[in-house]
Amino acid sequence: MAYDSIVCVKQVPDTANITGEAMKADGTVNRAALPAIFNPDDLHALEAALDVRDRFGGTVTAVTMGPPNACEVLRECLYRGADRAILISDRRAAASDTLATSYILSCAVRRIGRYDLVFCGRQAIDGDTAQVGPQLAEKLGIPQVTYLEAVTELSGRTIRVRRNVGNGWEIIEGRLPVLLTVLDTGYVPRPAAAKRVMRMKKARAAMEIGMELSKTIADAAEREKEQARRVQSLKKAGLLIEQWDLDEVKADLQWCGMAGSPTKVHRVQSIVLTKEGYTEIPATPEGVKQMIHELIVDHTIG
Amino acid sequence: MIEPNPQGEVWIFAEQEDEHLSETSLELCGKARQLADTLGVKVGAVLAGWNVRELSYRLIAHGVDRVYYVHDTNLEYYRTLPYARVMCQLIAKHRPQIVLYGATPLGRDLAPRIASEMRAGLTADCTDLQIGEYTDIKTKKQYTNLLYQIRPAFGGNIIATIINFDRWPQMATVREGVMPLGNGDPRRSGQIIEEQVQFNDFDLALKLIERHREKKKVNLKGARIIVAGGGGVGSKENFKLIHDLAGALGGAVGASRAAVDGGFISKEHQIGQTGTTVRPALYVACGISGAVQHRAGMEESAKIIAINWDRNAPIFGVAHYGIVGDINKVIPMMIKAIKERA
Repeated sequence: MAYDSIVCVKQVPDTANITGEAMKADGTVNRAALPAIFNPDDLHALEAALDVRDRFGGTVTAVTMGPPNACEVLRECLYRGADRAILISDRRAAASDTLATSYILSCAVRRIGRYDLVFCGRQAIDGDTAQVGPQLAEKLGIPQVTYLEAVTELSGRTIRVRRNVGNGWEIIEGRLPVLLTVLDTGYVPRPAAAKRVMRMKKARAAMEIGMELSKTIADAAEREKEQARRVQSLKKAGLLIEQWDLDEVKADLQWCGMAGSPTKVHRVQSIVLTKEGYTEIPATPEGVKQMIHELIVDHTIG
Repeated sequence: MIEPNPQGEVWIFAEQEDEHLSETSLELCGKARQLADTLGVKVGAVLAGWNVRELSYRLIAHGVDRVYYVHDTNLEYYRTLPYARVMCQLIAKHRPQIVLYGATPLGRDLAPRIASEMRAGLTADCTDLQIGEYTDIKTKKQYTNLLYQIRPAFGGNIIATIINFDRWPQMATVREGVMPLGNGDPRRSGQIIEEQVQFNDFDLALKLIERHREKKKVNLKGARIIVAGGGGVGSKENFKLIHDLAGALGGAVGASRAAVDGGFISKEHQIGQTGTTVRPALYVACGISGAVQHRAGMEESAKIIAINWDRNAPIFGVAHYGIVGDINKVIPMMIKAIKERA
């Protein structure tokens, strides 16, 4: 029996490699200076989905929500073996918190229609919340299994998986469809296949083509005509990355973006990373007390 | 979601496994008590399980006024859906204003499911919680007594304060070990309220086939705070100092190769090129000279405190705070300062 999987992926700033150059003079992070990467856990989610397809047949559809640049991670999914890639992009989705994000993704999954398995990475390195997976499962009305290390059995509509809960592991059995969030300890992501890279590197979403053309064609009408022509030819070649906005996934705007997000950012403080030598603390009770106080103030310790 | 309810209680989800409350749950009790006293309301705890009523008394000792106890065979082992059913039903019934969960693997699995079903906000991995006010820039509307949910974000490079003023309850998961763990007062009194929850087929859709738990292992990768000792600690007996400081900070114990080779501690604690590479929020290097092999395994830590008698030790080259002195004197000073912080 073949299974259709959807894998949710995200393009994230490489927060693990923030250096002095990525910090602005005022101590805030300069996102533009950070390389955008494929969220690490999501590569493992993709691998889990591809592995199921390789063993049992079926399809893998990669979905991401973000600006047109996020197509880079979709192309990476295609290079590694995904059958279909969809970009959810809409300015009205900006400032979505995890709840609004999971709502929008659930609308996209519903539009895809048929699916047996939904895979997500455990968490994304920009927010580290690990909330979108479980919230997407709830919005879809399906069970979730978090911290997946392996799909151990799949037969008919029954699935068995192994999850790692930190201080041990569990084998869980359920009926499809189910959503799985994947750890980085179970699957080893395959590299991009050279042949697929050759074929898929021209894959684009319509918005990307528009952005590329805006640099070369000044006349709007002419640009649109050229965009339509290129979209058609990519479609014919099977290289068009589908692109949906909030209307196309039938999202109710009251649950999207800022309006749909119960949590608001009240304040942001930056941790200044520039390090010029160290602060010498005298080995006295007063000196040590002052240091502990500073660590409490900057939330290093509770 | 529920409407803002300033008279609502401050709740914690009391996480238990195999009839043991998680330490984080008890840490939350203390924080919830503090928040509830500021707001002038009671502290509630939801305790779900099978034959775990006894645990209520520990929750009460740590500051809970009302334990909502749900006793059901379906709750013997944690599964997301029945536990989410319990929480959603009790939240809808009692309308707490705040609900706190430990940011444990279990809490991070459960809380988002509940938040989605309640259409309420949830902030992950808070390192601090405070009560404060907020003025909406657009509407000029003022809100008082909101929960400030304070958390590091962006790989720990920023600290964000998150609020939720309209879609309650205000919910957060709280990092393990960041709130001080009180001693508890066995003379405190509180109520135990038994609650019934009905489960449907969907709630019980997933089956737990096999379950394996290990004794708490060294988890250096996941630790937010690491206290590491080196050759300068001197002996296995003296390594107790390192354990004590780690205990006071709620952190894990690490070691340099010199300490492992000296037999002060087992190899699984080793940090460095041949051991584990770590990047915690705080790394305290005690009596570690800082050979390049060790530094490679820890220099990406967000904050590094180095304590060494030798002013020229290379460890100071990667430190944010340096203390030139005897660890046998400095560590007890640190433990005292940490204990006195509240």
